[in-house]
Amino acid sequence: MHLLLRNIHIVDPSISLDETGIDLEIKGGIIARIGRGLESDALVRDLGGAVVAPGFFDMHVHLREPGQENKETIASGLEAAMAGGFTGVCCMPNTAPPISDPYVVSYIKEKAAGHLVELAICGTMTKARQGEELAPIASLANAGVRMISDDGSAVKSAEVMRRVFEYAKMFDLLVTQHCEEHSMTAGAAINEGRVSTKLGIPGWPSVAEEIIIARDILLAEYVGGVRYHAAHVSTKGGVRMVREAKARGLAVSCEVTPHHFTLTDEAVETHGTMAKMCPPLRTQEDVDAIMEGLRDGTIDAIATDHAPHALHEKETDIVSAAFGIIGLETAIPLGLSFLVKKGRLSLSQYIERSSLAPRRLLGLPSVAIKQGERANLTIFDPEKKWRFESKDIRSKSHNTPFIGTEFTGKVVGVVAKGNAYFNES
Amino acid sequence: MASTNTASKLTQREAFSPNGKSVSSPKRWDLITIEHLSTDIILHLLERSDYYVEFLQGAGPFQKWKLLEGRTIANLFFEPSTRTRTSFELAERRLGADVTTLTPAVSSLTKGESVLDTVHVLESMKVDAFVVRHAVAGVPQFLSERLPSHVHVINAGDGVHEHPTQALLDAAELRSALGNLSGKQIAIVGDILHSRVARSNAWLLKKLGATVTFVAPETLLPRGAASVFGVEATNRLDDVLGMADAIMMLRIQLERQARGFFPNLEEYREQYGMTPERMARSNAYIMHPGPINHGTELEMESAYGARSLVLQQVKRGVAVRMAVMEWIFN
Ligand SMILES: [Zn+2]
Repeated sequence: MHLLLRNIHIVDPSISLDETGIDLEIKGGIIARIGRGLESDALVRDLGGAVVAPGFFDMHVHLREPGQENKETIASGLEAAMAGGFTGVCCMPNTAPPISDPYVVSYIKEKAAGHLVELAICGTMTKARQGEELAPIASLANAGVRMISDDGSAVKSAEVMRRVFEYAKMFDLLVTQHCEEHSMTAGAAINEGRVSTKLGIPGWPSVAEEIIIARDILLAEYVGGVRYHAAHVSTKGGVRMVREAKARGLAVSCEVTPHHFTLTDEAVETHGTMAKMCPPLRTQEDVDAIMEGLRDGTIDAIATDHAPHALHEKETDIVSAAFGIIGLETAIPLGLSFLVKKGRLSLSQYIERSSLAPRRLLGLPSVAIKQGERANLTIFDPEKKWRFESKDIRSKSHNTPFIGTEFTGKVVGVVAKGNAYFNES
Repeated sequence: MASTNTASKLTQREAFSPNGKSVSSPKRWDLITIEHLSTDIILHLLERSDYYVEFLQGAGPFQKWKLLEGRTIANLFFEPSTRTRTSFELAERRLGADVTTLTPAVSSLTKGESVLDTVHVLESMKVDAFVVRHAVAGVPQFLSERLPSHVHVINAGDGVHEHPTQALLDAAELRSALGNLSGKQIAIVGDILHSRVARSNAWLLKKLGATVTFVAPETLLPRGAASVFGVEATNRLDDVLGMADAIMMLRIQLERQARGFFPNLEEYREQYGMTPERMARSNAYIMHPGPINHGTELEMESAYGARSLVLQQVKRGVAVRMAVMEWIFN
C-alpha cells in the first residue's frame, strides 16, 4: 500500500496535534511523511478536510461466535466494525461455549486473523460465567486475553468478587463488571421510573446498578492494586461513585454506550423492544450526568455494547424480547452528532474517549500519528449529513432503533495493518 | 381514537426521537388505552352503554341487533378470564357478529412472536377484529401496529398496563350512582403496582374531572404513581373513608403477584380491607372488578349490600362492550 491522504484535519490528542490542511503519506503500512503540499507518486485520495484520528477502539462488543452464528460471526462483526470506523474491538465472553478456556481464545484468534480490524479478547472471570469459581485466569492471560468479565451477569457473591480481584491483580488484567444486582432485576425489562409505572412494565431500578459499583469499588480498594472497570454505566449515581473513586486515587474506570448518552426510557414508548437494553435506557437526569461524566473524564471510554439479535427476538412482546442493539455502525455518527456537533466534547476529548483510553485500559500499544509509526487511523467527516438506512448495515443483525436517523458526521474509512478501507461517500 | 403524538415527548431537552417514528399512537379505530382516548369519545361510549343497558334489562328474549352481521371477531385470551371473556362474547353475539374464541394455554404460544403468528393466520381467514388479553403490557399495541388499518384491536387487559373496557364500565356505573363525576372523590385501594384496572381507571376518572386517590401499602405503590397519573396517594385507608364518594377495591393476589410485598392477608385486611367497621364509617359506594376475595378486601355482606355497585358492574360490562363494538365498526 502506498497512499497519500490529501487535505486532512489531523487530530491526535496523545501528542497534542490538531492541524488542518495537512497531507499524510502511508507507505507499506507506515506513516512515511506528514506535511503540507506533499508530492508523491502514491495513490492520492483528497479527503476534503476530513478528520484523521488515531484508530478508534470499541472495548465492548458481542460477536456471538462461537455459538450464535445466526446473529453475528467474527467475520461479519469485524466487517461492521471496519465500516463503522473502528480499527480494533474487544469481544465479550458470553458466547457458547463462553470464553472461559484458552482453546476458545485460540479459536477466536484464528477466526479474526488477517482482518484489518484488530480483535482483543475478554475472558470470563468465573468459570463458565457461573459466578462461583475462578475462571482459569492465568491460562486465559497467557492465551492473550486483555480483560476479564462475566458480562451479561454480575458476580453475585462479594466473596467470589474479592478473590477475582486478588487473582487478576497478579496479571494486571482489567476487571470489568456488568453492574446489576440481580435480586432486584428479575423479570425487569425497562428502567424503573415514570415510564415503567405508566406502561406497567417490570422496572430495573438504577440503584441495582449502583449497589454493585459501590460494592466493587469498596472491594477493589480493600484488595488494592487492581484495575476495576464498570461496563456500560447508565446511572447518575454510578457516574458519581466512579468520580469519587478516581478522586481518591483508585484505579477505577468506566465506559458508556452511545445509546445511553442519546436516549432515555421514553424511547420505549415510541420504539418498543428496540429500546430494551441492559442496563436499560434511563432518565434525562442520568443522561445529563453521563454527559458531565464524559466531559470531565469520569467516563473514560465510549463503547457500543454491540449486541446483535435475530429479528424474532425483537419482534415480540417487551418481556420476552432480547436486550440490546447493534452499535458498531452508528457509534461514531451518534458521537459526532450528539457530543461533538453539540459542543459537549471537543474533537480531542471525543477521540481520547474513543481511541486512546480504551487502548490504554486494555494495555494495548498506543497508535500515535507520527512519522515512522504504523498507520492506524480512523477517518471521518464531522459535517456530513446523511441518513442511516437498513441497507448500510454490515452486521448480520438489524436490531437498532436508529434506522432512518439523520446524522451529522460520517465515517470515511480506516487504515490499519497495512490496509485501507473507504466507505462509499 | 385520539392519536396523541408521543414522539414529541422524546424531543424534549436532549433526548430525541431517532427517526421520528411514532409507534405508540394507536390507529384510529382501535381501543388500546384510556390514556390516549379523548374525553369526547369516552362520553360517547358511556352514553351508548346507557342505551344498551336499558335494552338488556328488558325481560324475556330479545332480538339480536344486526350491526355486526357479516363481521368476524376473534377473542384471544392468552391469560385466563371468565367474566371478561364471556362479557365480550355476549356483546359481540348480541350485535350479530360471528365469534371465535381462543384461549391458548401453552406458554410457548403466548410469546409475542407466536401471538403475532396466530393473529396473522386468523387475519388471513378474514377476521375483522381481535379482542386481546395478554399477561404482558403492550401486546395489543404491538399487534395493532402490525395489522392493516381495517383490522381492529381491542385491549381486554394487557399485563398491568391497561384494561380500558373495565374502566369504562366502572365509570358508567359511577355516573349512574353519583351523576356527573366532576369534583367527586374516588379512592382506588390495594395492589396498585400490579393493577391495570387502577391505571385505566385513574386516566379515565381524571378525564371526567374526578379526584382520584390511590390507597396502598408503600410496597404496592409504583414509583412516581401520583405524579404520573395526576392522583393523590396515601398509605392509610382510614384517611379517605370520610370523604370518598366511591371506593374501588382491587383484588389482592398474595400467592401470585403480591408475594413478598406484604406479610400476610390478616395484616393486609386490617389495614386495607373494607371491614364492617370501616363500612360503618363511610358513605361511599363500593366497587370491585372481581373476583372478590371474600373476607379480605370485602365482607360478603358489603359486597352485595345496599351501597355496593358490584353486580351492576357485571351487568354494565356487556353494555359497554356493545358500545365499544358499535363505535369501532361504525
Ligand atoms: Zn453487560
